Amino acid sequence: MITAGIDMGSRTVKVVFLEELKVEGAPQLKWGVKGKHMMFPDELDMDVAADKALADGLKEAGISREQVTRIVSTGAGRKQVRFADADVTEVSAGARGAVFMCPSAQTVVDVGAEEGRGVKANAEGRVVDFAGNEKCAAGAGAFAESMARALQLSLKEFGEASLRSDKSIPMNAQCTVFAESEVVSLIHSATPKEDIAKSVLDAVASRVCAMVRRVGIEGDVILIGGMVNNPGFVSSLKTSLGIDHINLPDMPEYVSALGAALIAADGRA
Amino acid sequence: MIANYGYKDGAGEFYISIDTDKCLACDADRACLTACPKGMFEIITDDYDDEVAAVKQQFRRSLAYDCTACKPAGGYASLPCSSACTPGAIKHSW
Amino acid sequence: MAAGDKKEYWRWAESCWTDDSKNWRDARIVTAGIDVGSVSSQAVVCVDGELYGYNSMRTGNNSPDSATNALKGVLEKSGMKLEDITYVIGTGYGRVNVPFAHKAITEIACHARGANYMGGPTIRTILDMGGQDCKAIHCDEKGKVTNFLMNDKCAAGTGRGMEVIADLMQIPIAELGERSFDVDVEPAAVSSTCVVFAKSEALGLLKSGYTKNKVIAAYCQAMAERVVSLIERIGVENDFFITGGIAKNSGVVKRIEKLLGTTAAATKYDSQIAGALGAALFGYTLMQKQGAAAAKAA
Repeated sequence: MITAGIDMGSRTVKVVFLEELKVEGAPQLKWGVKGKHMMFPDELDMDVAADKALADGLKEAGISREQVTRIVSTGAGRKQVRFADADVTEVSAGARGAVFMCPSAQTVVDVGAEEGRGVKANAEGRVVDFAGNEKCAAGAGAFAESMARALQLSLKEFGEASLRSDKSIPMNAQCTVFAESEVVSLIHSATPKEDIAKSVLDAVASRVCAMVRRVGIEGDVILIGGMVNNPGFVSSLKTSLGIDHINLPDMPEYVSALGAALIAADGRA
Repeated sequence: MIANYGYKDGAGEFYISIDTDKCLACDADRACLTACPKGMFEIITDDYDDEVAAVKQQFRRSLAYDCTACKPAGGYASLPCSSACTPGAIKHSW
Repeated sequence: MAAGDKKEYWRWAESCWTDDSKNWRDARIVTAGIDVGSVSSQAVVCVDGELYGYNSMRTGNNSPDSATNALKGVLEKSGMKLEDITYVIGTGYGRVNVPFAHKAITEIACHARGANYMGGPTIRTILDMGGQDCKAIHCDEKGKVTNFLMNDKCAAGTGRGMEVIADLMQIPIAELGERSFDVDVEPAAVSSTCVVFAKSEALGLLKSGYTKNKVIAAYCQAMAERVVSLIERIGVENDFFITGGIAKNSGVVKRIEKLLGTTAAATKYDSQIAGALGAALFGYTLMQKQGAAAAKAA
């Protein structure tokens, strides 16, 4: 059996195909990734972008549409996917995908561009509890992006720069807009970029940490979402949470699409 | 006077309100000062020269995060601050 | 403007005024209120509890200089010296850093007192939309605060939020209000509260074919809805009064009035001086009390 998960994000569309494996004596290896595909919808309408992503993904994986028994959509535009059999929230899909990638993890920290949240999941990857800060850029990647722009650094350079700082300058502003002015005055007072970057990432980490603490830390911690690619943030988050190790997924961009495909395989949505 | 300390942002409304008329005649021996595990309350002399409790400035913009310890996502029965305030001056908006 | 200079669309007009029908030299008590906000600073001088003059300007790099410069405007225009002022009260975000102030009072109490003077004793609800905060205040007939909330955590519903859209649309901030009514149909509000997300939403609307004016209308509507949702916590009792820089933006004010189903009381004064005026009036009351106490002792 083959299932698919499609993650309709605000900037990218991701598709993952899962194939049922029959590995003797290894029941945990029930599913394997058969193919994955990512595209930028740009000017396309959501439903058109979804059709195209699926078609291109099928072609790349060398499978036909008929072979796919069940498709589940997730992400902001999940309702716009005409061919999906069901849709699930990003919270559910993210947790399912994360626990599949790191079975020892029960605490899933999901920090993307527009949202940050802490999720507690059980061993099957089902959501037990979650706390998030949606609709405010301060607890999400957008906060860091905006400050990186003020420093004229890419998000990657920004994260790397913060690793070179061992200072902790507290950020007073909670709001992204106000924090920009604060960063500008730090630049004017000749504060090194490294220290500013660390201050910003520490601020995001501490907000994310508060949300994670609301659900409580259980088992191992895994970080998913765009901020996985920011080593500075990962380091700040470890300090904030007071833990030595945070698991990072192999293909961070695909965690939610993978989760949706797994939920399609579970047959629970 | 009702003093609302906090904010409303995209994520929701987060205010701690203090009814200064009830607070002024505190018969709980200012229990709020020690009840809050984060020590968020202080006694101030307000603009009308009343000695009343207030939320410290440094917490007013981050209540959603600062109060998390007392408000697990799974729900909560009572809050240390509002329970300790027997005159009933302290209330949370969320 | 020199080539390559970035145009400052957000920049708003500064103002300085004195009442030339009054002679401060005849006054018994001259008091001043200095409101050092995060974005603008005002100085107000009162003679015997009546407004005499004010100066409103952008806050500089530090509070003491901003306070000094604000007051300097009124002093120069009137020929007054600092020594001629009996009592000075500082208010606003930088109130404790006003070098020549005798006392500091919070902007909440000062705004209520100032609005009581500007709009009259029937004012019960004051909405102050400042540069980096938004306040909703209830007061009694004497301008004493009975209920308040202040939101300085989030840029949504503040002057900064408005500056962001002026820059994004490249339209001078003073034109936003009028332009927001020059649309074929009134658009729905931008759905994001957060200014950062609202900004990307506004760009999306432009791309989808909205005119600049229509995007501004959608943004003004969002601003109005946001502010109204803030006031909801304490409610609106008439009469209603709006202070702060955004009170000058008809695009937001008219939409707020429509949502609330009430009209904001009019005033002949600059809406930005309420805090400083309240501070100067507090000073006058204090001096009167001291004078009375001294007279009693003698």
